[in-house]
Amino acid sequence: MSQIAEYAVVFLLLTGGFFTLVGAIGLARLPDFYTRLHGPTKATTVGIGAIVLASVVYFSTRGEGIAIAEMLIMVFLFITAPISANMIAKAAMHMQIEPTEGTRGRTWDQ
Amino acid sequence: MLDKLTFPQPYLSLLLFVVWQFLSDGVSGASVVMGLVLAWTIPLITHGFWPERPAFIRAWKLPGYMGIVLMDIVLASVSVAKLILSGRNPKPAFVSYPLTLDHPLAITILASTISLTPGTVSADVSDDQKLLLIHALDAESDDEVIKDIHERYERRLLEMFK
Repeated sequence: MSQIAEYAVVFLLLTGGFFTLVGAIGLARLPDFYTRLHGPTKATTVGIGAIVLASVVYFSTRGEGIAIAEMLIMVFLFITAPISANMIAKAAMHMQIEPTEGTRGRTWDQ
Repeated sequence: MLDKLTFPQPYLSLLLFVVWQFLSDGVSGASVVMGLVLAWTIPLITHGFWPERPAFIRAWKLPGYMGIVLMDIVLASVSVAKLILSGRNPKPAFVSYPLTLDHPLAITILASTISLTPGTVSADVSDDQKLLLIHALDAESDDEVIKDIHERYERRLLEMFK
């Protein structure tokens, strides 16, 4: 594996680790249910995306062909993350969980 | 029996077949057979979930759209990370977004895009599919959120689904 690829893998792993950690901190720190949804849908998507990308770079530069299976993981992740966030938000609204004070606007009653 | 052996959604079948070839370790006889079986049965089983109307009209605009969304996902993560680490309290808001799109698949793509990009999660679609409820993590004003989404994403999707 070339030097450049090694640096790329290190960089991607560190970035991925950082964003996953930030997502977890956000889950603990943000004030209410709805704001906590934002951590897992964004920071963590990029976090896992970067880690998977590191895996793609690592296995692709070892001369065993391009690692496509890992890219599929990323595609499925990006397709499913918003759907699950949407369902969790819907469930929260259905259970009438109150948003934090100072939230503008209201949820719907349908 | 023979009329059941057709592929009602050729693009979906093709996609499933190709994805299965990627998932299995290299293309072999077994993976081709299994891919064909999946490409035939999955559209058959999920047939009832798919909207009747034909989907993409201008599919070649999709890669550009995905590029923009990917860029925004990275930028969004940085801004959300900044907010989380800054220690200040966010200004969350529920925003009702008036939809101009009417195709169910287009609305799904828009809602997913919103969930993946800067500080917004789509929470619900109204029963008549005219409004999208969005939760913004840190929004100064509703109009700004609505304008941003319309300019960046909905306009492009409208072009695709014209």
